[in-house]
Amino acid sequence: MPFPKLSTAFGQGGTPTGVPTKITQGSRTRGGVGESTLRPDGILKVTGEFAYSSDLWHEDMLWGQILRSTVAHAEILSIDTSEALATPGVYAVMTYDDLPTEVRHYGLEIQDTPVLAHGKVRHHGEPVAIVAADHPEIARRAAAKIKVEYKELPIVTGEASATAPDAVLVHENRTDRYIGHVPHPNILHRQPIIRGNAEQAARKADFVVRGEYHFGMQDQAFLGPESGLAVPEEDGGVHLHIATQWLHSDLRQMAPVLGLPPEKVRMTLAGVGGAFGGREDLSMQIHACLLALRTGKPVKIVYNRFESFFGHVHRHPATLSYEHGATRDGRLTHVRARIVLDGGAYASASPAVVGNAASLGVGPYEVDHVDIEALALYTNNPPCGAMRGFGAVQACFAYEAQMDKLADAVGMDRVEFRRLNAMSQGSVMPTGQRVDSPAPVAELLRRVKAMPMPPERQWESSEGADVRQLPGGLSNTTHGEGVVRGVGYAVGIKNVGFSEGFDDYSTARVRMEVVAGEPVATVHTAMAEVGQGGVTVLAQIARTELGVARVTIHPADTRVGSAGSTSASRQTYVTGGAVKHACELVREKVLELGRRKFGSRHPAWATAGLLLEGGKVVTDGGEVLADLVDVVRGEAVEVEEEWRHRPTEPFDPRTGQGDGHVQYSFAAHRAVVEVDTELGLVKVIELACAQDVGKALNPLSVAGQIQGGTAQGLGIAVMEEIVVDPRTAKVRNPSFTDYLIPTILDTPTIPVDVLELADDHAPYGLRGVGEAPTLSSTPAVLAAIRDATGLELNRTPVRPEHLTGTA
Amino acid sequence: MRVNLTVNGRPQQADDVWEGESLLYVLRERLGLPGSKNACEQGECGSCTVRLDGVLVCSCLVAAGQAEGREVVTVEGLADHAGQRAGGTESRTGGTDPRTGEGTELSPIQQAFIDAGAVQCGFCTPGLLVAADEMLERNPDPTDEDIREALSGNLCRCTGYEKIMDAVRLAAARQSEGS
Repeated sequence: MPFPKLSTAFGQGGTPTGVPTKITQGSRTRGGVGESTLRPDGILKVTGEFAYSSDLWHEDMLWGQILRSTVAHAEILSIDTSEALATPGVYAVMTYDDLPTEVRHYGLEIQDTPVLAHGKVRHHGEPVAIVAADHPEIARRAAAKIKVEYKELPIVTGEASATAPDAVLVHENRTDRYIGHVPHPNILHRQPIIRGNAEQAARKADFVVRGEYHFGMQDQAFLGPESGLAVPEEDGGVHLHIATQWLHSDLRQMAPVLGLPPEKVRMTLAGVGGAFGGREDLSMQIHACLLALRTGKPVKIVYNRFESFFGHVHRHPATLSYEHGATRDGRLTHVRARIVLDGGAYASASPAVVGNAASLGVGPYEVDHVDIEALALYTNNPPCGAMRGFGAVQACFAYEAQMDKLADAVGMDRVEFRRLNAMSQGSVMPTGQRVDSPAPVAELLRRVKAMPMPPERQWESSEGADVRQLPGGLSNTTHGEGVVRGVGYAVGIKNVGFSEGFDDYSTARVRMEVVAGEPVATVHTAMAEVGQGGVTVLAQIARTELGVARVTIHPADTRVGSAGSTSASRQTYVTGGAVKHACELVREKVLELGRRKFGSRHPAWATAGLLLEGGKVVTDGGEVLADLVDVVRGEAVEVEEEWRHRPTEPFDPRTGQGDGHVQYSFAAHRAVVEVDTELGLVKVIELACAQDVGKALNPLSVAGQIQGGTAQGLGIAVMEEIVVDPRTAKVRNPSFTDYLIPTILDTPTIPVDVLELADDHAPYGLRGVGEAPTLSSTPAVLAAIRDATGLELNRTPVRPEHLTGTA
Repeated sequence: MRVNLTVNGRPQQADDVWEGESLLYVLRERLGLPGSKNACEQGECGSCTVRLDGVLVCSCLVAAGQAEGREVVTVEGLADHAGQRAGGTESRTGGTDPRTGEGTELSPIQQAFIDAGAVQCGFCTPGLLVAADEMLERNPDPTDEDIREALSGNLCRCTGYEKIMDAVRLAAARQSEGS
């Protein structure tokens, strides 16, 4: 079949410092590590057969509905459910008073989130009551008949109001582990990073630039709505089929609230329609299970898009104040920064987001003198937590704007200024952590700058201007008049894996047996496949490590140990590492079996270095000793093992010092934009990316991750923002009509250049891929718009009124 | 009420339909065809895109009663639909693997989405496939700008659209090769 040249060629040029990974075992087995094998769920997904969590159906199934608060902060004076309960077709209505145990709160780290509101709501859209009925519309209408009497309370919505002396406290009587070191109970967590002496160093700076930057609230906007099906079981337990990022974390939070021992809460991963951090927290899990246990019937809950905007945490909006200094020859002297993240009403992942923003707050640069303070507030705004890039995104937006400003002040080329100050292997982070794997920051900048530029005035054609390629597009607002082009660069640094001393492990069960005359490996993990292609990669690892053609990926569930979260760019590293490790143990056992059965037939059986290749046991010279089928027949080999990456340390609460991160990942972007300066419309023409991925286990998927992350960064640059009314703390735009994510018309070509420098500490030398491209995309676009317009632009997203001076 | 319609070439009947139900709801919850997706249910994302008498519609915005007596093509019927357009016969009846779908007859656009890596989470995929197939029916040799215009009503959050562009280019190239 013909295969036209595709826009996203996976190129590699030059040989920078560092060594690519060499693979011996399995290198001759097809479909292994390093190949662009196709998704095992691809056919089901293109035929509509793939069962997402919202597609599930069960005989006798009821539909659940959640009633949410209509105000941000209020006492609940009364709840009257009588009319809802009397509605024909309604099977149950539950409020806080109906919860089965005394455990009535949950949370990823701090259990501050009520399952259903108790006496008070703290943000707009907080769950107050739940309903089960035999038709979703009946459930919706019954929920609307519940009468909740609110007495509104004052709200806090930002640092000034939250830390005022008379500020109303979002959470009274805090007992979490952060309360001891925060200056105000409405500050959830505060992390300073102190290195060297920034104050003294500032006096040696020839140039100092300052800026205050504002980052809007972004939504993950995964397309598959929060949903799941809870089925009550005969033993009094419940089986939840759910779209989530981490089955075992859900289970740990759910079981105590349901009053069930963990083994009676069974979890199976249903099809997940994207996640991006928005499924790290619980949404409808407990509610569906409560209704199922109450009614004795299966209960399905599916949010609509409106509810989805209230049903998960968002990316923290932030205010970032930075001061950078440099000497005349362009060396950074110091960085001082204060990063204030709005965590909203509940803790979610805010403490870890603070840790990231602080520890990665200067970016991928060498700076000896750093003074950073990052904190997250409790406010009555919507709760914020995990989203792709996780604290590093907000910081990158600000420090990259600063780097441009400082380069201009020094009088250097912006890319060369970055390259001069770029960190590299051996550099010391502001946390004191020495970076002990490749950090090709300067090389990535060189590569992205060297990529061919898109042609000027590409909209011109013999038939006049093609408006589809101009700002405003088919609205036909310009034929090139008032359109100016700009180019911007940015680079970022993201940690991979869970940090700050977290026991970040995964579990893999791998089995090899003969099925229908063939050796088959089965890989069973609890890893949530959310679209990233983890299932593809796990099968590739098993083929490489076990030398078999056929690998079955067992559905993810809680019958196997935890895989940890599908977040922090960690699954290929950690669950991939677990599968690799389990496969190695299986391989040892298989060879043991082979020696027992056939060892006497060939002296090579006694040697080390035997390989499994193409369904056979072979010597490292390629001589075949036995067929795997003969070795394994009648004696299936199975191993279940946990696997951990190197441990990390918590950051010192006063100085931020500590080896807090496992691995760092780097990406650089170049953005080319055209701006219609009269109307303030922006068209991004191209967003080129260069990224080091250590080892591309699946090049096609790697490019897909880079392009997808880049597009989400574009969204926050020019379109996406949840608008919260500062007077009421209510969300103004909870729909895809009013919250805009990039369409195919808004998204430019995204050429990628991928570098593969092995990290010796990671399986196959790989480096987590998913998040880094979301960091530098946004500041590159902003830099390009600044370049085009000459405007300062200190907030993102940029709206037309910011470009036309009519804001 | 009762709704009679033809879905993917088969006459279908849905009973006890509440008047406010959408065509999307009837397809997904009453006819066992959940391939059309429910990402926004407000006509903004295109994940529920189907053909109604040949015309692309967001099935979430079509009241079920409006589909009375009409022909609907969903992603589940796309392979047959494309096959008939190409003058082929009925889909082959070979065995398929229910776990992976291996052996399923696919339309060129479906195969191209798999080959080009255009599927990640896949939630936007059914709507995009129906829309892209309709465009290739009208415009077998689209420019990149044509593709972007035709697919601008379908949101994807995972891919950044690059591999979707690749997939449509690939399907168009294979289609012209084959004709």
